[in-house]
Amino acid sequence: MPALTRKEVEEIALLARLHLGEDELARMETELGAILEHFSSIAAVSTEGVAPMTHAVPIECPLRSDDVVTWTDAEQGLAGAPKREGDLIVVPAVIGGGE
Amino acid sequence: MSASGMERWSIAEITRRIAAGEVTAAQITEDALARIEKIDGELDAFLAVDAAGARSAAAGVDLLRTAGVALGPLAGVPIALKDMIVTKGVATTAGSKILEGWIPPYDATVVDRLKAAGAVILGKVNCDEFGMGSSTERSAYKPTKNPWDATRVPGGSSGGSSAAVAAALCTASLGTDTGGSIRQPAAFCGVVGIKPTYGRVSRWGIVAFASSLDQVGPLARSVADAAAVLQVIAGHDAHDSTSLVKDVPDFAAAITGDVKGLRVGLPKEYFAGELDAEVRASLDATIAALKDGGAELVEVSLPHTELALPAYYIVAPAEASSNLARYDGIRYGTRAEASDLLELYMKTRGAGFGPEVKRRIMLGTYALRSGYYDAYYKKAQQIRALIKRDFDEAFAKTDVLLTPTTPTPAFEFGAKSNPLEMYLGDIFTLACNLAGLPGMSVPCGFTAGGLPIGAQLLGKPLDEAVLFRTGAVIESAAALGDRRPALGGAA
Repeated sequence: MPALTRKEVEEIALLARLHLGEDELARMETELGAILEHFSSIAAVSTEGVAPMTHAVPIECPLRSDDVVTWTDAEQGLAGAPKREGDLIVVPAVIGGGE
Repeated sequence: MSASGMERWSIAEITRRIAAGEVTAAQITEDALARIEKIDGELDAFLAVDAAGARSAAAGVDLLRTAGVALGPLAGVPIALKDMIVTKGVATTAGSKILEGWIPPYDATVVDRLKAAGAVILGKVNCDEFGMGSSTERSAYKPTKNPWDATRVPGGSSGGSSAAVAAALCTASLGTDTGGSIRQPAAFCGVVGIKPTYGRVSRWGIVAFASSLDQVGPLARSVADAAAVLQVIAGHDAHDSTSLVKDVPDFAAAITGDVKGLRVGLPKEYFAGELDAEVRASLDATIAALKDGGAELVEVSLPHTELALPAYYIVAPAEASSNLARYDGIRYGTRAEASDLLELYMKTRGAGFGPEVKRRIMLGTYALRSGYYDAYYKKAQQIRALIKRDFDEAFAKTDVLLTPTTPTPAFEFGAKSNPLEMYLGDIFTLACNLAGLPGMSVPCGFTAGGLPIGAQLLGKPLDEAVLFRTGAVIESAAALGDRRPALGGAA
């Protein structure tokens, strides 16, 4: 598994929706490269026929009745939003500029 | 010493005295708040103190007692919560700037259960940002100091919990453990910490880090206190479909003081390599004490132990990168100014997350990227199955496993500035989470320099009882009960 290139670091940052400054990009390139290199040992482990473990213990998925439950009022739910107009959360336009 | 003397009391002592009318919950709460006021300046364990909420809960307990109503199992017991646990009306940050100022509109199930049991919630304690770290140095707010030596870390990520319990600013605390975040700080601060079986405790209202690994559990100054808290918070919750529909046994009944005939496994991989000499000596004494108590010692092998570190540091960041996608600056938390949506996401997350969280999101995004999934995430999940298989084989001939909790005692601030070096310190605690087992750290000794040492016990899935049984014997043999850190200008 090769070390990371700067271009790869920039691509991953975009996928992760993470703005990174120049110094952060440089640091990620070195640090992530070193971590991945250290972890490259797993490639040599034989795992043929081993089912990937998705849960730590077998879980019987419990069912519950499909009842309507009032959890909280709208005001409480919206109170944490950084920008609001009445009962609406304001965001920049998804298409085009402005709000 | 406080007016009541609560800093030396167990949960049983507090609840007995309150029930008998020897002391009020209000008095205990005032004493705890006064201790926080007096001592926390030295430690920086608390991120938020909810004095009004605590006083109101205590008044409720006293009112019930006066009215002759039966009190809950934790009535009047002062408890602090790791800031990964959501609390209605009390700021919850997960140690991150991205949640600064957020006031949750609901309580986590574990908080509901503590309150229903009569516990007095004192406030929120510090942690590494989103639980990602082993020292509290990665908290966006402040590092917490180790009560035994202020130049050293209290461990992490539940370092605020371990420091607050060790300093008796509270009687118990809840932490979260994704790869050792309860057990490692418990070891570093000389307290008991339990990560229950995956699914034993509800995670409704716990800030998610890595969902196939996260668990909530207590930190306390004794095995019996930890059992009392786990008893209250354990059990299925309709709000968390990963919580197990299993009966919760009586944990206090497991504390018999007897290990006769108990088969204690010693995994040889945990005693090889770079183990601190004083940690080794302390573990040797613990092993001897168990043998004296009639336990049968069995050497076992967990051959995939070394692979726990890479497997964990692929699985946990991968799940974290997905879980932390919710912090986008739209519905709650902080938001950066931006002219379009993509810029808003990128700037909000770039400004709101600290370096370790960014590193793990990047690592996880890399591992889950199209074309890399099989080589990293799937491979790590297969290795996880091999690790689980190792444990199954070991438990076929043992009842409980004993290991050191950490390779060294608490380290100094700044000693592990390289991220990989910090990760390597987690080597003994990760496999427990990967396999979903219950694990406990119990204090077993001190270094010559006065730093606590922890022994780790690992049990079969759902067998927390064996941890309490064995832990209580280790605790009693180590006889460290009266040893307390010197704080607030007095011992």
